Amino acid sequence: MTATVPTTAALALGDDALVLSHRLAEWTGHAPVLEEEVALVNIALDLLGQARFLLSMAGDEDELAYLREERAFTNLQLVEQPNGDFAHTIARQLYFSAYQHLLYGQLADGDGPFAPLAIKAVHEVAYHRDHAEQWTLRLGDGTDVSHERMQRACEALWRFTGEMFQPVEGLDVDWAALEATWLDTVGDVLRRATLTLPEGPRRGAWSAGAGRQGLHTEPFGRMLAEMQHLHRSHPGASW
Amino acid sequence: MATAAAHRAGTLTHGAADTTGDTDTQQRAFDAAVAADERIEPRDWMPEGYRATLVRQIAQHAHSEIIGMQPEANWITRAPSLRRKAILMAKVQDEAGHGLYLYSAAETLGVSREELLDKLHSGRQKYSSIFNYPTLTWADVGAIGWLVDGAAITNQVPLCRCSYGPYARAMVRICKEESFHQRQGYELLMTLSHGTPEQHAMAQDAVDRWWWPSLMMFGPPDDASQHSAQSMAWKIKRHSNDELRQRFVDICVPQAESLGLTLPDPHLRWNEERGHYDFGPIDWDEFWQVIKGNGPCNEQRLNQRRRAHEEGAWVREAAAAYAAKHGTHPEGGPTDDPTAAVGGSTEGEQA
Repeated sequence: MTATVPTTAALALGDDALVLSHRLAEWTGHAPVLEEEVALVNIALDLLGQARFLLSMAGDEDELAYLREERAFTNLQLVEQPNGDFAHTIARQLYFSAYQHLLYGQLADGDGPFAPLAIKAVHEVAYHRDHAEQWTLRLGDGTDVSHERMQRACEALWRFTGEMFQPVEGLDVDWAALEATWLDTVGDVLRRATLTLPEGPRRGAWSAGAGRQGLHTEPFGRMLAEMQHLHRSHPGASW
Repeated sequence: MATAAAHRAGTLTHGAADTTGDTDTQQRAFDAAVAADERIEPRDWMPEGYRATLVRQIAQHAHSEIIGMQPEANWITRAPSLRRKAILMAKVQDEAGHGLYLYSAAETLGVSREELLDKLHSGRQKYSSIFNYPTLTWADVGAIGWLVDGAAITNQVPLCRCSYGPYARAMVRICKEESFHQRQGYELLMTLSHGTPEQHAMAQDAVDRWWWPSLMMFGPPDDASQHSAQSMAWKIKRHSNDELRQRFVDICVPQAESLGLTLPDPHLRWNEERGHYDFGPIDWDEFWQVIKGNGPCNEQRLNQRRRAHEEGAWVREAAAAYAAKHGTHPEGGPTDDPTAAVGGSTEGEQA
């Protein structure tokens, strides 16, 4: 299939993976238990592998990661949100992995340019989703403290979940079905975790679809500044 | 430990205990097993001093792996290419994996991970002092791979033949992964050394700062080493600190030449008579200062470790509460992935 590469979609999915990988890697050395040091960076590595594949479909992976300005990134705002406490990290992961698992599942079933990646990655993402689900259950149905923290985290990130289902140019996906299944899936996990499905809006007046259009939240600029600084300090150097 | 049925029979008393059988007989069987280069296993009788020495050494090694994640994690978020970022993340993940199986090896001696972590956090157990130095530039990631992991390998390869079975087996896997890391560090420095003038200078500066602390990783000179003789008699340790240090210097000098970098020691020269490189005096004052807690990062490293542990308490409590309610393993289902592998010497410094 020699159709032109759908650059917009490659960047959107690649940026999601790149940015969330970076956020997860920030946990290194700070995780609550040694097993999670291994697990979180494992997920981060899977996502980085996906990002490299996807960005390379659109151009040079390092130029795209290190030399674009904030407004040129089209990742979801959800994935750029700071780690917060472990509950926020898990809520972010649950929301995103459930979405990515369904999305890659659809892409893997198709015959588009993303099918080869999706067929491989959907298995990794199933593990990410399971990891987030298992922790959601433990935090939600653990102690009073963990329940309260997990509930708060689910609420805080809820408003970033609407933009996941805005159609991305170049992806042949049934977005309405994706969203319905996502709501069922996440709702089921939260219910089993004795948590309440947040009721707030999932599409704010401004935030809906904003990440995909290059509009980001303030912490993202600082994340990029850190990520890009060394590369940009040595123009043209090889590493 | 095949020898002796005699050794094992009637001695299933978990290490330290010597409440059954005759201690002299047990001691003789233990000595014979060690002399015959057989492995001591967790259920075999062993002298209390042997057990305590192993717990101390394995714990220090495990602590070194997890503290050692910090100086390298310091550069994950700034890694200058996605390829290097992936390599560094995988390496640090390996270190966490090494920590996991070393704590498991220690647990075969009747101590818990929790107990060992408490001792680390309260300063009653040590970790390798090398990690009390800061990583100031990207090139430090390469210097740690080449020199620190290189020194760790030199220390640890003989541990694959250590008389205690679980430790020896853990070391086989760790050494394989370490040598991978060492090659990656070397390759990183090679790229910098042959890159722009700024990159070359960055590589040289890192090697200048990490060379001497790496030599200190082998521990004090043999005549000042407290535990060496007994550890060698027990075949926990196979070579003296000075022997291993010399071996490391002999390996590094030609490698530095290949890298196009210099080592910061004007006394380094080949000694035809000895068949080894001579090298200059090590600043043992600095070594003891860092061990005592006065290195550049001692407080920072330990504080970060304590903070992560304290801030994670509610998460561990939640997992335990959930397990109690639902009858599952307290660590939670999602966590088992010792995808292993890194670095950190330990043998030298404590011996």
